[in-house]
Amino acid sequence: MKDRKILLKKGHVVSFLSKIDKKRDILISNGEITDISENMKIKEDYEVIDVSGKFVIPALFDIHTHLRTPGREDKETFLSGAKAALKGGFTRICCMPNTDPPIDNAGLIRFIIEQSKKDDIVDILPIGAITKKREGKELAEMYDMKLSGAVGFSDDGFPVMNSGVMRRALEYAGMLGLPIITHSEDMGLSKGGHMNEGYISTILGIKGIPKEAEASMISRDIELSKMTGGHLHIAHVSCKESVDLVREAKKEGVNVTCETCPHYFSLTDEAVLGFNTNAKVNPPLRNKEDVEAIIEGLCDGTIDVIASDHAPHAIQEKEMEFDKAPFGMIGLELSLSLTITKLVKPGILNWGKLIQLMSVNPAKVVNQPVYDISKGSQANLVVVDIKEWISNKESFYSLSYNTPFLNKSLLGVVDYVFSKGRLLLNNGEITAE
Amino acid sequence: MEKKAKIILDKEEIDKFIKRIAHQIIEKNSNVETLAIVGIRLRGAPLAERIVGYIKEFTGKEILLGNLDITLYRDDLTTIVEQPIIHKTEIDFDISRKNIVLVDDVLYTGRTIRCAMDALIDFGRPQKIQLAVLVDRGHREFPIRPDYVGKNLPTSCQEVVQVRLKETDGKDEVVLKEMKVE
Amino acid sequence: MVSSVKMDETKLVKSWDKKHLLGIRELSKDEIDIILDQARAFKEVLTRPVPKVPTLRGKTIASLFFESSTRTKLSFSLAAKRLSADSISLSSSSSSILKGESLIDTARNIRAMNVDIIIIRHSSSGVPYILSKVVDCSIVNAGDGTHEHPTQALLDIFTIKEHKDNIENLKVSIIGDIAHSRVARSNIWGLTKLGAKVTVCGPATLIPPKIEQMGVKVVYDIDEALEEADVVNVLRIQLERQQEGLFPSLREYTRFFGINKERLRKAKPGLLIMHPGPVNRGVELSQEVADMKKSNNMPYSVILDQVTNGIAVRMSVLYLVSICKSENGR
Repeated sequence: MKDRKILLKKGHVVSFLSKIDKKRDILISNGEITDISENMKIKEDYEVIDVSGKFVIPALFDIHTHLRTPGREDKETFLSGAKAALKGGFTRICCMPNTDPPIDNAGLIRFIIEQSKKDDIVDILPIGAITKKREGKELAEMYDMKLSGAVGFSDDGFPVMNSGVMRRALEYAGMLGLPIITHSEDMGLSKGGHMNEGYISTILGIKGIPKEAEASMISRDIELSKMTGGHLHIAHVSCKESVDLVREAKKEGVNVTCETCPHYFSLTDEAVLGFNTNAKVNPPLRNKEDVEAIIEGLCDGTIDVIASDHAPHAIQEKEMEFDKAPFGMIGLELSLSLTITKLVKPGILNWGKLIQLMSVNPAKVVNQPVYDISKGSQANLVVVDIKEWISNKESFYSLSYNTPFLNKSLLGVVDYVFSKGRLLLNNGEITAE
Repeated sequence: MEKKAKIILDKEEIDKFIKRIAHQIIEKNSNVETLAIVGIRLRGAPLAERIVGYIKEFTGKEILLGNLDITLYRDDLTTIVEQPIIHKTEIDFDISRKNIVLVDDVLYTGRTIRCAMDALIDFGRPQKIQLAVLVDRGHREFPIRPDYVGKNLPTSCQEVVQVRLKETDGKDEVVLKEMKVE
Repeated sequence: MVSSVKMDETKLVKSWDKKHLLGIRELSKDEIDIILDQARAFKEVLTRPVPKVPTLRGKTIASLFFESSTRTKLSFSLAAKRLSADSISLSSSSSSILKGESLIDTARNIRAMNVDIIIIRHSSSGVPYILSKVVDCSIVNAGDGTHEHPTQALLDIFTIKEHKDNIENLKVSIIGDIAHSRVARSNIWGLTKLGAKVTVCGPATLIPPKIEQMGVKVVYDIDEALEEADVVNVLRIQLERQQEGLFPSLREYTRFFGINKERLRKAKPGLLIMHPGPVNRGVELSQEVADMKKSNNMPYSVILDQVTNGIAVRMSVLYLVSICKSENGR
């Protein structure tokens, strides 16, 4: 490879580990950060990228995505999902095993990793199923899956309703040092529900899913984590009750982490008014007090991670009777913008905290190396411009465009992405192929 | 849009014409027993009531009175700009074999009268339908001619004839307004 | 513009700009009044020797009933015929839905046949709203899931107005399975907008969460709900709800929430008894109560008046959505 030196000029560099939060120039020589300093002299062989007014942050990590492959390649493929991730500032993503067939064995884990390497855009790290066929009955071969590259286990989309099975899962995964990622939903309470239970569900005549369906399962799983010592990671926390439970558990020293998604701090169940199926998601959008509790949980460290729960669906499935439309919304290309628009810009979170929630902690939850911007490290970084853009279906690399944020004005566009030293997104264009 | 309004008929003249129409109706219809006066809403209705009053005054006989709302029979409902309110139709007697005098305030294109005849026929099979109007302003689009006219008033199409009655507008008068057509 | 018919004489419905009738929630008090006022004129049409007017001649109305119905379907069909519209109808058992065609495709295809109004009944809440976004003709909601049944509420209110002087401050109790009732929701919106005081009563498992926020009082004691009421609207209880575990047995339901003559002893004189039908005689209403005729100082049933008035109210709705010129009307 030819000697390549890229100079990122005048960007505002923020990195959590090395505690930088200043305007700095960054020199990247053959993929390695060789200098970070002020007003660096430009040499003849430098490719200079002017990033003044923009933020330079470590590459992001999304631990909760649905890439629909194998089974529903019309909704998303590894390639389209990887491009969407890159455009959203993510260079590493985890994909959930609720595919057809479900990812419940080492062969399928290897399939994902090989596909991801072939496309070579972002790292796709598979989550294996907790139970065979995600049926909640018998444990899947977690050890084998770990050896093939699984970084955690989840039956996401379904809870593990049987407490005995859940106990064994936490024990077994605990032995492997990998997290059990839970979809917390008591199916007895949520049965037949399509949105949050409350005033809006009452006036729309749609059966509701109460918050207690989520909180009661979290409460059970915290007890089981306490009992087994296994690492419990609670996916998509949506309501105040859940945040309170996790906060208490953390105080007690339980081995628990949790994530929320941008829609839970951006929207309430009022987004469903007009029977908007793009706002149908599970767990459902809650109330104002829940949005406030989620934001509080993000600020005080109760919530460790912002994950997208990127869930692409075909238009014909969403253009449907509300009770027949599937749950889920896309998020890879919206997560960062929503976090900036709703939390950073209004001054609720600073950039350091954003990096913790979207880069540092996600890596830690699934035991992956944490990316940092420091001299001598490989370039894994993202340049973000805090400018306004309008999300529309043409703007997405994802094959789907089911999102309640369609045609909304958002802040934050990813202009450049360096992944493992390579410049993969250059001035908004994907250069990897 | 409105330029100026000219009063064509005042209270006394209106009353004079209504009386004359009542006399003419009695004269032309020897058998008042089969006679029924039906006013077309809105302003045909009070006119019809007044005519019935005078016939009673002149002959001592109570004549059948009805009101007809023709909105539902209009042929331009879906093309007109504004949406009309439907008023109640009140015809509490069997119109079959009756001698009906339709009453309206202004006769213009004749379309209202066609609607009224369509509506009336749905109530039964009258012996005869006659037409009484307070003002005939010309410009007929249908082969319709009045049997009783208060005043013939030659107008241009840019003009609007407005009949105002005590019952509907607070006072009796007929005005001619000119509209500027853009 | 000078119309060929004397426009200067005609009072105008200025505030009507609804192209669709999707629910009562989105109607203003004035709009409800317009529908009811016009329904009065249509009720007169129904008493004529020829109870038919040419108003909607040349208009085509398609009825899509994806859920069984007797009253509503016949009532809409008669309303369309009384207005001289051409009407076609489709029910789920004979449609391509069985062949897997999506609802939206079915609606688009029907619209492609130049239909002016689609009347839709569907078991999923919100279907009329979803259709109104994908086809450009008028949509009239004939009942969607457990969401709304606007024409039923309008005919209920119309019937109440025929018997009671004023809706304002009138006490109306709605009794039964409120949670699964589109009739209850539409009635609550309509009645509260017109100033009535609404109470809902039923087993706690059949009262939906946060319904008080709709401006109603919740009681669990049927006697309390009856005592103060000027009107009771009794809902049909469905056997499936028992199977879903929402109440223990029909026997127990009837004993604690069924209305019989004995229960009406303490009721106000002239209490109106209403039911959207079909009545489960002997369950939510005893045989005697369902048939109580008007007599001095006694409660009486107006269940059949409701059915008669349904046609006039639906004529009014079809007329108004037809003459609406507003493209964005919703």
